[in-house]
Amino acid sequence: MDVNDKIVADLVKNNVEFITTVPCKQLAGVIDAVEASPDIFHIPSNKEDEGMGLCAGAYMGGKRPAIIMQNTAIGVTINTLATLIQYYRMPLPMLISYRGELREPVACQVEMALHTKALLNQMNIPTYHFHKESDVDEFDEILKYTFMCNKPVAILTDASFWGGYGDQ
Amino acid sequence: MIRSEILREIAPILRDKLVVCNIGLPSQELHMIDDNEKNFYMLGTMGLSSSIGFGLALAQDKTVISIDGDGSVLTNLGTLPTIANNAVDNFVLMIIDNGSYGSTGDQPTYAGKKTKLEEVAKACGCENVVVCQDIDTGKCLKAAIDSKKMTILVVKCDSGNIKLPVITMDPVVIKDRFMKAIAS
Repeated sequence: MDVNDKIVADLVKNNVEFITTVPCKQLAGVIDAVEASPDIFHIPSNKEDEGMGLCAGAYMGGKRPAIIMQNTAIGVTINTLATLIQYYRMPLPMLISYRGELREPVACQVEMALHTKALLNQMNIPTYHFHKESDVDEFDEILKYTFMCNKPVAILTDASFWGGYGDQ
Repeated sequence: MIRSEILREIAPILRDKLVVCNIGLPSQELHMIDDNEKNFYMLGTMGLSSSIGFGLALAQDKTVISIDGDGSVLTNLGTLPTIANNAVDNFVLMIIDNGSYGSTGDQPTYAGKKTKLEEVAKACGCENVVVCQDIDTGKCLKAAIDSKKMTILVVKCDSGNIKLPVITMDPVVIKDRFMKAIAS
């Protein structure tokens, strides 16, 4: 199964039916697959903290949410993670493109890559790193874990996982 | 009228609705005036009242009212295009527009100067934008709810605050009783 279809199949299997996205080139395929899924309501956000607000509301309304975003968004969402998602104890799977890793063509992306794991660690956010395509096999269990413990959980997906970043 | 006077007046209308209330004094005032399980108090995260309320409205059928402020909407202006382009008719965004950051000492906002949030909302694609004066808030809010059309209500009022204590309720308790009220 195509990795994007596998991710969406696992989301659907775990009853994740409300997904917000902020695009990244690496995530284009999975965002298309989310949009195409009849079992998922997809609502693009303009900024990732806004998206987490939508997810918090959807969760309280009885829908399991998820956010798909770039790792630069960790810099945008620290306050929202601490004072909304963690403080009120809400589950939130965060599928994150991990830009600035091996095969990255854009030097500036390395700058936030350097801080990404340190910030997630500082926030006590459980963090998984998908580097090889087969790592996606754990996605189903990570979703179950997220909704078991009611925490935000980060899944970092780097360029090697996605098979490279665009045309190089 | 100032915000707390408006909230006191509309409390009977809010009573049986799901309410997501903005951080700081608005939540403290609503908590003092009519604390109940259908109120979700934001204890942090300035700017996200509209987003939380809108996510809730999308996820279930009951009417949701987000009480927001002009300063908070300015913090999260990206919310208006999202709301406009995914409209649901069980959502009312009520922006208490007093032209100031009330909770932090009434510093002026740009909404009290050249920026008109009602025009911003319209430009973002919101179709039912109603501007009302403080004294008409109850009437306008009721009309917005009864219209069963998603409405952005911009309430023009005076800036000013009353002294009252912070909310000491645990956030998980606020969430838990709110979720139970939604599901009931």
